[in-house]
Amino acid sequence: MVKEIDRAGIPVVHICTVVPISLTIGANRIVPAIGIPYPLGDAHESEEKSYEIRERLVTRALRALTVPVEEQTVFESDDF
Amino acid sequence: MSKRIVHYINQFFAGIGGEDMADIAPEVRDGVVGPGLALKAALGEGYEIVATIICGDNYFGSNIEKGVVPELLKLIDACKPDGFIAGPAFNAGRYGVACGTIAKAVQDELHIPVVTGMYEENPGADMFRKDVHIIATKNSSADMRRSAPLMAKLLIKKLENQEVLGPDEEGYLPRGIRVNYFNERRGSERAVELLLKKIAGEPTYTDYPMPVIDRVAPAPALKDLKTARIALVTSGGIVPQGNPDHIESSSATKWGKYSIEGMDHADKKDFMTIHGGYDRAYITEDPDLCIPVDALRNLEKRGVIGKLMDYFIATTGTGTATNSAKRFGEEFVPMLKKDKVDAVLLVST
Amino acid sequence: MKLELGKIHIKDVQFADETRIKDGVLYVNAAELSAEVLKDDRLIGCRIELARPGESVRITPVKDVIEPRLKMQGPGVVFPGVMGKVTQVGEGVTYCMDGACVITVGQIVGFQEGVIDMSGPAADYCPFSKTQNVCVVIEPKEGLDTHVYESAGRMAGLSAASYLAKTLKDQTPDETTVYETKPLFEQAAQYPELPRVGYIHMLQSQGLLHDTYYYGVDAKQFIPTIMYPTEIFDGAIISGNCVAPCDKVTTYHHEHNPVIEDLYRQHGKTLNFMGVILTNENVFLMDKERHSDMTAKLCEYIGLQGVLLTEEGYGNPDTDLMMNCKKTTQHGVKVVIITDEFPGRDGKSYSLADVCKEADTMISCGNGNIVIHFPAMEHVIGMQDYIEMQIGGWVGCKYDDGSFDAEIQIIIASTIANGFNKLCARGY
Repeated sequence: MVKEIDRAGIPVVHICTVVPISLTIGANRIVPAIGIPYPLGDAHESEEKSYEIRERLVTRALRALTVPVEEQTVFESDDF
Repeated sequence: MSKRIVHYINQFFAGIGGEDMADIAPEVRDGVVGPGLALKAALGEGYEIVATIICGDNYFGSNIEKGVVPELLKLIDACKPDGFIAGPAFNAGRYGVACGTIAKAVQDELHIPVVTGMYEENPGADMFRKDVHIIATKNSSADMRRSAPLMAKLLIKKLENQEVLGPDEEGYLPRGIRVNYFNERRGSERAVELLLKKIAGEPTYTDYPMPVIDRVAPAPALKDLKTARIALVTSGGIVPQGNPDHIESSSATKWGKYSIEGMDHADKKDFMTIHGGYDRAYITEDPDLCIPVDALRNLEKRGVIGKLMDYFIATTGTGTATNSAKRFGEEFVPMLKKDKVDAVLLVST
Repeated sequence: MKLELGKIHIKDVQFADETRIKDGVLYVNAAELSAEVLKDDRLIGCRIELARPGESVRITPVKDVIEPRLKMQGPGVVFPGVMGKVTQVGEGVTYCMDGACVITVGQIVGFQEGVIDMSGPAADYCPFSKTQNVCVVIEPKEGLDTHVYESAGRMAGLSAASYLAKTLKDQTPDETTVYETKPLFEQAAQYPELPRVGYIHMLQSQGLLHDTYYYGVDAKQFIPTIMYPTEIFDGAIISGNCVAPCDKVTTYHHEHNPVIEDLYRQHGKTLNFMGVILTNENVFLMDKERHSDMTAKLCEYIGLQGVLLTEEGYGNPDTDLMMNCKKTTQHGVKVVIITDEFPGRDGKSYSLADVCKEADTMISCGNGNIVIHFPAMEHVIGMQDYIEMQIGGWVGCKYDDGSFDAEIQIIIASTIANGFNKLCARGY
């Protein structure tokens, strides 16, 4: 799905746990998620903390959309 | 009564001319023309090439959008064929694409057996090998003597509903279709033997050659986040309670579009997960862990993004065929474009 | 470590007043067996039914399949840490009820329980269509949490197997096989001229309904470790998972791990079987990275020249499979993968969720997406209510006469990814 969105010229960021699969299938902008049963947040943390993690990852993903990329890029930290 | 076969060839093989005559429009001739003679001999008794359809390669190529395929289908259908052969095109690129296109169309629209033939490196080969049986020819027409019997034999098998064997046995280009069979030995025993060969440096084999996966160029970056319309897509299997579209929990064959209009978060009263590939306990409790409606809504309120679209798109990722996922994309992308979506967040579990 | 497996062949199963084996027939006192299972107060009902090869019988939703085994000599009990104290197993003498199985059945926990047909087209795909089956149909207390129900179901099967295994005590095995792997240095020295070969056994460990236990430890909580191959024959590993039915490694399949059996078959002849590396398939990328590093390191550390590599499940575990393959290969160890394929109903998509170039020798266990017709059966053990929801089924796949269409992934162990079956896929 991600490639069809990119192909249409709409920038897309793939937030995913298993980054290697995302790299294999060919997503271009990738933000690593926390884990498969809870990609955005951490169910073992307090609700506030979990939300904080989620907003941070979503913000990183949104910023990744504004970055021109030439090849597959994994945005591992907020430092870009 | 003989089974009726229709044969498709280009202007060159019809003896009309080369590049200069490549613009000629379709015509129908009774019986065999050119390479049809070799096919007729190979088909033998019981099968008759009743007509030959001739079309210039350039005419075909430049009229695809303008309906050359339906035009040809009409001519072919009028001959009341039981089977259809296109080419072989050997290494002629435009001819190969034409053969593949028309063979697929006849197979899909007229529902009769088809066979074509071409050289492996013909651009038409990769375009159509998954869809139609393409007999692997060499790169010049001198191979007609070898390839005609293969094409004829395969078409007859299909016409008579006989079992079509693998690419090695029948001589067609592998279509990449994975078909089951029962081996004589169990897998673990074969694996031990294969490992010993590999350690000894002897020739090995693989049941599944690793595919080469296509790449897409990244879309240009978003210019302005503050005005951007953002859509949310997920393969995490989040659906409204009750799963109204019956999306499968594994190997999904469909996707759904669901409203989040006016919601400040994704509530467990409204949504559930049907994904069969992970422990659903956490997301069941808080769907925002997979579709971050709360975070995006807050970012929208704070003006970080322009708008969170009123819907999200969902399917199940686990076990879902890559071609299905591709089709889902092809189906919903036009909607995203129509709704002027500027960028997409796609969350996978 | 040396283990003698004595097989008592079972050719039929019947109800009787006394639970015992006589002349190759397993007699079962149903009341006694169900009372044994119902000692667990999480269950309120237990019905025992029998299913034999060739009968017009369908069993579903199936949770696990277990072969009853009994420890005759040597330390520990079968299913250590689960059905008894945690004690090292894999040594001594163990008796097996060869050809008979316990099958646990009951309303579904997730979507992931499967179907066993005792006859008809689906029977060709299922190893348990050929065994004499004692089905334990359980009914949970109302309102049980899914993970509690899963645990109750798991224990019901193991209790039933342990109960039946007692009948093996006074039997004389029809067939005996001795398996032995020595401590590392001695084993390497025993056959210095043969290639040193191992097995990387990836245990499913994805969370609720996707767990496997080693001596009672949930596999997602351990880091890769080395096991004597004989431990597995004593039930050191049990299945707590219900992954897609087709590639579920049932407890039976752990007891009968085909890779270990076939490596032993060649042990001392064409290869030197050094041991088994156990690893898992966790849901966090960090675990995947760390454990594939460790697995590759262990292969190098114990001096392997080649390994066989198997996974359980599909989707994200394919990444663990590829990481293990890639890193182990990079350590100079030759790898052959055994796995099954999910290329879609038309067979045209990629077979795996992840790939790597090092995976150049792969043995296929078949395409799980192929759709077949399951004719109506005269008798259903369990219930067909969930067919449309079970993996491999879809809404509308069921017909009024009790027949249905489904992908073969709904059949228990049809494409089990450790090479147990002969099913294979090829490119057409």
